[in-house]
Amino acid sequence: MDIFYPLQLLADWLTYNVFSIAPRTLLANAVDFFINDTIKIFLLLVVIIFIVSVIRSFLPPEKIKKILSHKNKFVGNILASLLGIITPFCSCSAIPLFLGFVEAGVPLGVTFSFLVASPMINEVALVLLFGLFGWKIAILYILSGLIISIVSGIIIGELKVENLVEDFSKGGKINTLNLPSLSWKQRFVYARDYTFDIVKRVWLYIIIGIGIGAFIHGYVPADLIARYAGGNNWYSVPLAVLIGIPLYSNVAGVIPLVSVLTEKGVSMGTTLAFMMAVTGLSLPEFLILRKVMKTKLIVIFASIIGIGIILTGYLFNFILK
Amino acid sequence: MIIQVLGSGCPTCKKLFESTKQAVAELGLKEEVEYITDVQEIVKMGVMSSPVLAIDGKPVIAGFLPDAKKIREVISENIK
Repeated sequence: MDIFYPLQLLADWLTYNVFSIAPRTLLANAVDFFINDTIKIFLLLVVIIFIVSVIRSFLPPEKIKKILSHKNKFVGNILASLLGIITPFCSCSAIPLFLGFVEAGVPLGVTFSFLVASPMINEVALVLLFGLFGWKIAILYILSGLIISIVSGIIIGELKVENLVEDFSKGGKINTLNLPSLSWKQRFVYARDYTFDIVKRVWLYIIIGIGIGAFIHGYVPADLIARYAGGNNWYSVPLAVLIGIPLYSNVAGVIPLVSVLTEKGVSMGTTLAFMMAVTGLSLPEFLILRKVMKTKLIVIFASIIGIGIILTGYLFNFILK
Repeated sequence: MIIQVLGSGCPTCKKLFESTKQAVAELGLKEEVEYITDVQEIVKMGVMSSPVLAIDGKPVIAGFLPDAKKIREVISENIK
């Protein structure tokens, strides 16, 4: 049984009894959909981000750096990608993170695995995927994200492009920061603050996203969208990826919208590729990384992820017909 | 006491710099708040997230933008 069934009852009750909108009208459909999805997403956001934050309080980047230093490839790439899942990624921190890793002796390919996984598999995207698409798609997304980050890290490691990283080693001695160990109470306070912070940052985007989604759900006929973005067009996947690149900061608003488009006939592979492009290919991150590496390396990095995402899109369009 | 805000120049970093200046003024302190955008300095402190608020060269807040109350608290705690 669907664990969200009680929410559907609540949404129905609010729509038909409290707002007394006549059932089976377009408006009722849209309102019911909006209430149900909004409550579901916010519940999931709070619960999942809280849990992830508690886990994360055990693994700050300074500790991850230690775990990954001098790891060989494969094991290092796999570990880096897994650790990337629970680490939040802000383009503000991209540079200190990158330099910290390189200087601690984390191999370049392993560092890149982390840089790919960390933004691509993030908790807000996972909550939205789980809430709006179901757990199967959420797991599919995690697995493909992991494979892309592991493989692209291994490829970059094999290319031996260390010479494209700016030399910062002359900067002098680096302190090791001894982090105080936290009590459970401090971990919960951290998790509570972090959850609140994220919800405060994304709630408006989510409501707008679900709002527009609810409108499309209620009013736009299915075949209109499917005709343009269905699985049969060869160009739909690369196009989705290109559109996804500048949308980075709006992942919270984009996913609810996309979920409705899928319902209206956009194929699953195209949708997954689009979401991966939104989260994994971030223009601001690339611009910031230019401070620490040659443009050539950023182009290599972006192309490998881009190709990985496009292939994933085609694969799932083919499998999930 | 040396109060520094270190960041890569991102919007969050600038906000932390502004809030810190305000907190220092509200506490009636005379110290200038330094704003450092040389990321190498952050790395040298051993910190891996940005922005950073450092007092006397020691990072006290890293990786997020705290509210005004929290900033005043950490500054007061570290006054000598």
